[in-house]
Amino acid sequence: MIWNETVECMDRQRLRDLQSVRLKRVVERVYHNCEPYRKRMQEAGVSPSDINGIEDIAKLPFTSKQDLRDYYPYGLLSSPLSEIVRIHASSGTTGKPIVVGLTRNDLSVWSEVGARCLTAFGLGKNDTVQVAYGYGLFTGGLGAHAAVENIGGTVIPISSGNTQKQILMMRDLGAKALACTPSYAMYLAEAMEASGYPREDFQLRVGVFGAEPWTEEMRRTIEAKLNIKAYDIYGLTEIMGPGVGYECECQHGTHLNEDHFFPEIVDPETGEPLPEGSHGELVFTTLTKEGMPLIRFRTHDLTALHYEKCKCGRTLVRMDKIMGRCDDMLIIRGVNVFPSQIESVLCEAEEFEPHFFITVDRVNNTDTFEVKVEVKPEYYKDDMKGMLELKKSITHKIQNVIGIMPDVKLVEPRSIERSEGKVKRVLDKRVFKN
Amino acid sequence: MANDNMIVKQLSVFLENKTGRLNHVAEILGKEGINMTAFSVADNSDFGILRVIVHEPERAAKILRDHLFAVSLTDVICLKISNKAGSLSSVLSILEKEDIYIEYMYAFSEGDDANVVIRPDKFEECLAALKKNNIVMWNREQIV
Ligand SMILES: [Zn+2]
Repeated sequence: MIWNETVECMDRQRLRDLQSVRLKRVVERVYHNCEPYRKRMQEAGVSPSDINGIEDIAKLPFTSKQDLRDYYPYGLLSSPLSEIVRIHASSGTTGKPIVVGLTRNDLSVWSEVGARCLTAFGLGKNDTVQVAYGYGLFTGGLGAHAAVENIGGTVIPISSGNTQKQILMMRDLGAKALACTPSYAMYLAEAMEASGYPREDFQLRVGVFGAEPWTEEMRRTIEAKLNIKAYDIYGLTEIMGPGVGYECECQHGTHLNEDHFFPEIVDPETGEPLPEGSHGELVFTTLTKEGMPLIRFRTHDLTALHYEKCKCGRTLVRMDKIMGRCDDMLIIRGVNVFPSQIESVLCEAEEFEPHFFITVDRVNNTDTFEVKVEVKPEYYKDDMKGMLELKKSITHKIQNVIGIMPDVKLVEPRSIERSEGKVKRVLDKRVFKN
Repeated sequence: MANDNMIVKQLSVFLENKTGRLNHVAEILGKEGINMTAFSVADNSDFGILRVIVHEPERAAKILRDHLFAVSLTDVICLKISNKAGSLSSVLSILEKEDIYIEYMYAFSEGDDANVVIRPDKFEECLAALKKNNIVMWNREQIV
């Protein structure tokens, strides 16, 4: 099902025309209403009259995450505070949080793009959706909430945490869909198994998962454990929370709502735009945002974009699964390591749980790289040799994928923390030593 | 198996190599009134396998699993030999002659007796060889 066929299946030339008009408008807006943007454009020698269409976008300077911290809290608003009706913020692991302000119109765009996502997942007015993303400053809860209301579905605004209550509500209220982070879905799946309620007690059939990168293997694990179809809903606080992109029934990449959020792929080192289909850093320009439009915002997400029309009929660009974040990326002994790579190895190895914890340290000028993993309870054996072989085999599998040898530690069942929100899976002790 | 009763169920518990884990197991079993008749730990730098002989292995396994431990039940044989020089060696010679390999063993002595827990690769042959040579074995009910 398609929520807004006019846009989602729009001829690409017409879409570019629409993007061009909107880009000109948003550049005018930030130039005249937001001091830091005006200054930066002047420094770069660009004025709004240089932007005649979407093809001119590369003339504009980038915006970084650091800018959002530097102009905390309201320095990047392009609307007066009287027009702002909602604040969201992301906690940020270091220092100040990032704050965004949304106008009434921004909220209506958000619920429009959210409705496109849920409709693509096969949800509609007859469906009950349990929103187990956190409600509050985090965009997940309220973003998904507005999307469900817009399609006329029934929201269970349960927010995150309180797993036993989640299971009870899901069962008693007959939730058809669960919206939460994929790591919480894994956690919930284990808790449902442990609860002893038979699967027939639940009507769950769709997962609306996002807010953190996840792998294809993780999808298969969740789908098998919960017996549902799991879809990716993409979003980021700075741009718009959940609803920036979504998977259709083909699950052949994530369609981006590019009539509102214009994507580019650039070289993460040089910032040069890369040719179609290349892997690189994803950059977004919000074409219609009023409260806090962002021009060429560097997401630090690494991916690639594909422009051929999708089998589902949509013409909206498709984004590959996010490979990782430049921020999440660890450089260990000179090699780039993404935690998601380790996750995919574990999901494929049937003797292991998908949970892990990485500790990186520096001893005698050499990086140490420890990965704690859990063997599934039924695979622990009274056989030292067998256990050591299991450890050796997973060590080699990880080494094959990332290129360096991890120091694997087998740990007791359920001793790696299961997260109810975003997962903390890495401890880099080197940062305390510099 | 005719000698069924002579095969004793041993608890095998996976433990991380950090202080307090073994004590934690002992505490849990102690609280439930389960006595560890014999135990041994095989370990390497990051984990160990705790092997325990108790009176009610199935109940003990369930209790430990409820505490999230990874527990399996393993068949072993418990021998009673005299606590003096050379008696272990004579038993091992019997098994060696029959080409029976011992994956692991551990022993504890009390007074004049020594008790040896063995995990042979061939159970039938092992039991037959021990019987033929009049080696005394514990049956399940004797473990308290
Ligand atoms: Zn599609």
